[in-house]
Amino acid sequence: MFDDRSPIYRQIAESIKSDILSGALAEDSQVMSTNQYAAAYRINPATAAKGLRELLDEEILYKRRGIGMFVSPNAQEKLRAEHRQSFFSDVVDPMIDEATTIGIPLSDVIDHIQRKDG
Amino acid sequence: MSLGITVSGLSLDYGDTRAIDDLSFELDGGKIYGLLGRNGSGKTSLLSMIAAFRRQTAGQITVDGNEPFENAAVTSQICLIRESGDVFETDTVKNVLKFAADFRPYWDADLAARLVDRFELPLKKRVQALSRGKRSALGVTLGMASRAPLTLFDEVHLGMDAPSRYAFYEELLNDYLEHPRTIVLSTHLIEEVASLFEEVIIIDRGRLILHEPADEVRARGVAITGRADAVASFTQSMDVLSTKQLGGTSQATVYGALSDERRRDAAEAGLELGPVPLQDLFVHLTDNKRGDR
Repeated sequence: MFDDRSPIYRQIAESIKSDILSGALAEDSQVMSTNQYAAAYRINPATAAKGLRELLDEEILYKRRGIGMFVSPNAQEKLRAEHRQSFFSDVVDPMIDEATTIGIPLSDVIDHIQRKDG
Repeated sequence: MSLGITVSGLSLDYGDTRAIDDLSFELDGGKIYGLLGRNGSGKTSLLSMIAAFRRQTAGQITVDGNEPFENAAVTSQICLIRESGDVFETDTVKNVLKFAADFRPYWDADLAARLVDRFELPLKKRVQALSRGKRSALGVTLGMASRAPLTLFDEVHLGMDAPSRYAFYEELLNDYLEHPRTIVLSTHLIEEVASLFEEVIIIDRGRLILHEPADEVRARGVAITGRADAVASFTQSMDVLSTKQLGGTSQATVYGALSDERRRDAAEAGLELGPVPLQDLFVHLTDNKRGDR
């Protein structure tokens, strides 16, 4: 279940974030409880709580006392803005590096993108 | 309900051999603790003293503020399961369970029945006729269904095959979620259970090596992967535990957390940073060849 590349709690946070981005978790919808995450991922509840706490700190989630945690109203837009910022450094730059390494001229890449767009 | 444990200046001698050497630590309780140590490091001795199976040579142990030795009010709250089982060899599995049901104040018969079913324990067989795996499963069943506020498992699961061990981890976690209590699990096979631990205690030669939240222990190690020359120059003055090389790429496992600045340096040098399995850090910390630290 975990790829071992980052701490488990961060992977839980990332998987919630990607569900929010994709719309699978709608705004104001409730996320699973700490214990439900712990049981589902077979991890200590304190570890699961750490992942959820990160999202509370980032205001991606908010808490309703005694009920649980919910997706913040502006969470999806906030995440989209964050991902837009890192899109070129995280996605485009490595693609350009790869294209250069394997000998695809950038003009071919641009042509390809423009065909997809049209 | 959960019980905290305080151990201070604890020592235990077997004749001339010091098994536990001036050990001190404090567990708040209510958590799942991993007690890690090599064979002969003192794990069983320590747990036996906490459970009042054995009296210490020096120092003090308190469980929920009280000394457990010859104190029935405390020991009734504690359940230690050792690999030997501590059950009557000639009893049938059924009788062993019945005895535990009468004797254990928090016994959950439904849970016991479910575990018997899941581990396929033969109720009519005598304990002495059980395979090692079934014997371990019986121990696990006794420990879990006792639901003691302080539950100690001493390497009891190591005799089980992999599917049974994973069944045990799953049952343990789910039952802990429903009935939070203090659970100490000792083992030297760390990777499979590492994600269950909230805190980790490592002992070696009867001494405390480390007691920290599991996530913090993990953060003490970093795997650095990239071009061999870049890895070599980045790790030059670091505590390198091991290096693997594959063609022009190498991966170094280092001990010690990296500052944000060093992480940026690594990214600029084209190096990838990743976590290190708890097991590798454990091996490093308890490697006697490295001397005292």
